[in-house]
Amino acid sequence: MAETNTIRARPVKGPPIIQSEVFAMIIFVFADVMFFAGFISAYALVGARAPVGWWPPPGDPALPVAAAGGATVALLLSGAAVFYAGWAARSSLANAVRPLGVALALAVGFLGYQVFEFVRLLGVGFTLQSSAHGGFFYTMVGAHGLHAMSAVAVLAWAMRLVAAGTLSPGAFGAVRLYWYFVVLLWPAIYLTVYL
Amino acid sequence: MAETHGHEAHGHDAHAHHEEGWFTKYFFSTDHKMIAKQYLFTGMLLGAVGAYFAYVFRMQMAFPNKPVPGYGLVTGADYNSLVTNHGAIMIFWVAMPVLIAAFGNFLIPLMVGCDDMVFPRINRLSYQIFLLSAIVLAASFFVQGGGFGGAWTAYPPLSAKAEYSLTPLGPTLWLAAVALEFVAFLLGGINFVTTAMNSRAPGMKAFDIPMAVWMIVIASILFMCSVGPLVAGAVMLMFDQQVGTGFFDPDRGGDPVLWQHLFWFFGHPEVYVVLLPALGFVAEIITVFSRKRLFAYKTVLYTTIGTGVLSFFVWAHHQFIAGIDPRMANVFSVTTVLISIPIAEMMFVYIATMFGGSISFSVPMLWALAFIVEFLLGGVTGIFLGASGADIYFHDTYFVVAHFHYTFFPIAIIGTYAGLTYWFPKMFGRHMNEAVNKVHFWVTITSFNGIFLPLFILGSAGDHRRIFDYSNFPELSQPWMQDMRVFATVCLLIMLAAQPLFLVNFFYSMFKGKKAEANPWNANTLEWQCPSPPPHGNFSPLPEVYRGPYEYSAEGRDQDFWPQNSPT
Ligand code: HEM
Ligand SMILES: [Cu+2]
Repeated sequence: MAETNTIRARPVKGPPIIQSEVFAMIIFVFADVMFFAGFISAYALVGARAPVGWWPPPGDPALPVAAAGGATVALLLSGAAVFYAGWAARSSLANAVRPLGVALALAVGFLGYQVFEFVRLLGVGFTLQSSAHGGFFYTMVGAHGLHAMSAVAVLAWAMRLVAAGTLSPGAFGAVRLYWYFVVLLWPAIYLTVYL
Repeated sequence: MAETHGHEAHGHDAHAHHEEGWFTKYFFSTDHKMIAKQYLFTGMLLGAVGAYFAYVFRMQMAFPNKPVPGYGLVTGADYNSLVTNHGAIMIFWVAMPVLIAAFGNFLIPLMVGCDDMVFPRINRLSYQIFLLSAIVLAASFFVQGGGFGGAWTAYPPLSAKAEYSLTPLGPTLWLAAVALEFVAFLLGGINFVTTAMNSRAPGMKAFDIPMAVWMIVIASILFMCSVGPLVAGAVMLMFDQQVGTGFFDPDRGGDPVLWQHLFWFFGHPEVYVVLLPALGFVAEIITVFSRKRLFAYKTVLYTTIGTGVLSFFVWAHHQFIAGIDPRMANVFSVTTVLISIPIAEMMFVYIATMFGGSISFSVPMLWALAFIVEFLLGGVTGIFLGASGADIYFHDTYFVVAHFHYTFFPIAIIGTYAGLTYWFPKMFGRHMNEAVNKVHFWVTITSFNGIFLPLFILGSAGDHRRIFDYSNFPELSQPWMQDMRVFATVCLLIMLAAQPLFLVNFFYSMFKGKKAEANPWNANTLEWQCPSPPPHGNFSPLPEVYRGPYEYSAEGRDQDFWPQNSPT
């Protein structure tokens, strides 16, 4: 053990491997993924235990697979726009403003469609209470919608700071990560609930 | 998101030197040590509430339908609510805030050698949400029909329908409180993991991190992996209660067992979430008071991670008689028995650490040793329950109650006392009275065994848990059984009576105790290398780290300890 007595010139500290804001967001997103994983597996479990031909229950209206598919494409495109914004910001933060605006517009369109679809389905008598299926539909799609709304708010805030040139790279990274999460989560929900 | 640059955002120099109001200082501080104390005192207060509940329902059990001094006559609904909230409070509002939040906040920045958490304002928000959750919980006792009484596991349909729970708002407020508490810990946990990852002192490599920090970090990660599905379940349950959805209602295509899966997918990892910090404290304490290296540091670390992963695959051992597929029961029996292997290994590692050391039986060491002994009993009885054949008989008997108290009491109470007596000089810059603490230790440990050993016997005799009044069950109210219940209750009274010894000592010493030096135990870890109590900003200058945390009794040195930040 005597050799451990020598002085070791250890202390050096580089920059963190992952910026703290991004790291924190990774953890948050992970917890949120598990939240939706809970819904998705609950949906699968209840569906699997239902008698043959009873899931979704025969009385429930058919869900608009194609229209929602269109909204899905819009949301995915907004993810691509944010990805492009991050790439463009590497040369100058100002370049990111326009793609962020495009992403916001696409996401607002997605949310608008969702509201329209909820109103239409409620109109034909498909509600939270009509069956476990109705409950899952509104809760899961609604929970994603609330996430999308918060993402829109955060992105709008970030866009303002990007325009002013004051957004830190770490915070920008965290915002983009949250956006990807909201965008990529949707196909999983679409595949579970609509198909 | 508002925290743009962790380390400059809290700007401690900016408000360390001008006078703050009392309220700002104690309620709106972003200092990790103050937030730790907020969590600690709130947790202790709620611990007193939980203990009072236990006192009331144990009195009812021992002396059925006699007015309980300090409470009055206990009705069936009261009894259910007291039992439910005793469990919920002890786990969610005592074990979690004290072991993880209070110690995590206090220790992580000090042990990794930095000045504060990475996101101090998020940290403050975490405590505020936690406080709100406690207030919502308290409010749930005062609504029409009283507090929620459907057990801390909140199985539907009892928890889902007001016509069964008889309290239309109680279950909803209770669930909201639990959900808020989860949000608080999510925010806290993000801080813990990020700080341990990004704010370590220069030179501190992964294997130089003290076990207590590793354990709290791994516990936080386990919590964040497991809590999501339960929050989803809580949303569904709340909708079933208030909106009239049918997620858990078989009449409408729902499934009541679904809740059990969502709950226990969280619930089992949760027991490791609280276990790990306590194991971490014990590791710190036994190395210091045996003057020895931690035996097999890396093995402990990898074992902990392995246990954490495995803990996600055992949850259905709580549901062996809930109508799950017997083939599934077999699988979960195997995983459950498997998980006792790493736990046993951990115990052996601790014993090996002490082997041949120069042990001093200080108060923290007594608690740490008691932890090992008592927790071992809890773990061993878990194996009986993990075997699905045996569990069909044992499920929902007092055997289960005894099992989990032999795990949770060592964790939440013994672990806390171990941590508090060990870190008290650092937290408050003073010493507690050792003699009083030793008396408190022996009375508490003896009476604890007196309470719960009889429950193993009662449970083996088929004594069903969650029964308000056994006089309606002649085969469960034979005189010897009732005698055992009275014995357990008397032991509880003794234990409760001993706690003021600690509390008075604690608060008295905080102001009047003997002044503590910076490193009274001659320990290596960084928190002992700054003043007691640490000033705002902790270290000046910030430390650099040259070696691991457990270099005790190294050869060729005059001192038997070797602080992590000492260059030579
Ligand atoms: C050695 C590892 C362990 C094994 C094999 C084990 C096994 C089990 C089993 C099979 C049950 C279900 C019994 C039933 O309801 O019929 C159970 C219940 C329980 N265990 Fe453990 N356990 C272990 C460690 C722990 C630890 C470390 C804790 C706490 C930190 C804990 C806390 C609990 C609790 C709270 C319950 C009862 C929950 C309730 O029904 O209210 N166990 N354990
Ligand atoms: Cu379990």
